Amino acid sequence: MSAIGLKFGFAKPWRVKPRHVLPGFRLSLGFTLFYLTGIVLIPLLALLIRPIELGPLGFWAAISTPRVLASLRLSFGMAAAAAVIDSLFGIVIAWVLTRYRFPLKGLLDAVIDLPFALPTAVAGIALSSLYAPNGWIGSLLVGYGIRIAYTPWGVLTAMIFISLPFTVRTVQPVLAELGLDVEEAAATLGATRLQTIARVVLPMLLPAILTGAAMAFARAAGEYGSIIFLAGNIPAVSEIAPLLIVTKLEQFDYAGASAIGVVMLAASFVMLLALNGLQSWAAKRR
Amino acid sequence: MSKRFLNPTEDPLWLRLLLGAVAVGFIAVLLLLPLALVFKEAFANGVSAFWTAIVEPDALAAVKLSLIAAAIAVPFNTVFGIAAAWAVAKYDFPGKTVLVTLIDLPFSVSPVVAGLIYVLVFGMQGWFGPWLIDHDIHILFAVPGIVLATIFVTFPFVARELIPLMVDQGRDEEEAAATLGATGLQTFLRVTLPNIKWGLLYGILLCNARALGEFGAVSVVSGHIRGVTNTMPLHVQLLYDNYDYAGAFAVAALLAMLALLTLVLKSLLEWRYADELAASHRH
Repeated sequence: MSAIGLKFGFAKPWRVKPRHVLPGFRLSLGFTLFYLTGIVLIPLLALLIRPIELGPLGFWAAISTPRVLASLRLSFGMAAAAAVIDSLFGIVIAWVLTRYRFPLKGLLDAVIDLPFALPTAVAGIALSSLYAPNGWIGSLLVGYGIRIAYTPWGVLTAMIFISLPFTVRTVQPVLAELGLDVEEAAATLGATRLQTIARVVLPMLLPAILTGAAMAFARAAGEYGSIIFLAGNIPAVSEIAPLLIVTKLEQFDYAGASAIGVVMLAASFVMLLALNGLQSWAAKRR
Repeated sequence: MSKRFLNPTEDPLWLRLLLGAVAVGFIAVLLLLPLALVFKEAFANGVSAFWTAIVEPDALAAVKLSLIAAAIAVPFNTVFGIAAAWAVAKYDFPGKTVLVTLIDLPFSVSPVVAGLIYVLVFGMQGWFGPWLIDHDIHILFAVPGIVLATIFVTFPFVARELIPLMVDQGRDEEEAAATLGATGLQTFLRVTLPNIKWGLLYGILLCNARALGEFGAVSVVSGHIRGVTNTMPLHVQLLYDNYDYAGAFAVAALLAMLALLTLVLKSLLEWRYADELAASHRH
């Protein structure tokens, strides 16, 4: 599923051959670096150096206002909660899809990727209509005094929706390749079925579970489209960090928007490093 | 007293029923209900009302703009994906791991941050803003900005599909072709391309779906000019915010149909060419 952290060895610089057998080295690598630099690296550099005009104190002042802190807490806190919930359901769904046989399984399997394929704005208006107090689900919950739309729980619901495929799709292939022999061995040695699952199967799935959770977290923390329709966007209550960036841009506060952007980008880098670490840990365990 | 022999790797019936119900129920409520609602709302007043909302000039302009953005972004990222995968898979050079990580970077960047970075480069207060105004070149709040933002968010799709696939296939076949006197282009067209065609198609499919559906990044750079710089997803938002629910859900249903078509083609590719795609999905 992921190309992150594939184990490509560094070629040792002193062993770089002057010539390559296959043609096109300069062309392909040159174009790759040129395109990567122009589309990704230079614009990201523009983001990184923009807050310098604020100075360290100004940068801190820009990101430490109660409204900004509340939005960052909401985006990252709810993203962590969504990652945990999606991981739990993701394990169950992956287990059901790989181990059980039932009619229309292929259809159920294909539907998992819906949040990848469905544009986030479409998901946003659909979830908003569904969970609004007069919607199909919202009207059922309102009787119990539960409100999801236009509250922080709306943020969580949209994040759970958008991140589910990551957790299912990272666990599923590992589970499919897991041989049944270890489970048989555990059963022969007298383990009950639940003991086998808890102490043999789940530990072997752990790297995949953590990878899926990290990807789900990263996606949910940066998510914008599906959330803004459902969350109500009340400052300091249900306003996510990406929305605050948009608001600051509309007020022409470029430096303030960039300061939040830098924090979010730093979080992306940390997640990317964590994912790389997870993958090499998983590769070592194998 | 005969006790049915239970396969040790098979869950007891109660557990199977419980987990099955949890999985199916979760998918039905979380994923299928929203999808059903989109189509129910879109066709609430019949097919003709749906059609009227789609052929309305601003909606058609949005469809056209989305198609233009995808038609530019997808080929660019496809060429890039092939070049990057060729470089990574066929040669050894220092810094390869860093390069692969950087290619994946746009996936972990928030779409809003993706839009923001282009505002900082091309906006009024941005690096090239004043120069662009002097020369009357419009990038932000115009089609080029939308295309750039779309390219950024769909940047890794083809590359991340092809890199593991081509690394897995190695370079033996290409080296054999080169030994036999094939030119670089001949080697690519006759040896490499047939080996990677389904993985390539898979990457293009996902890249295209995201390009047509991107909202956050495009929203930041578009300026939301109705009928001019609104893509399909932005038009959905505009109609929804103006309480035109019928219109919003009509365009949303069109996008949902595209998403379903993508899922069908994706499943078809996975089912028919599972072995050839396997390398990309094993990791």
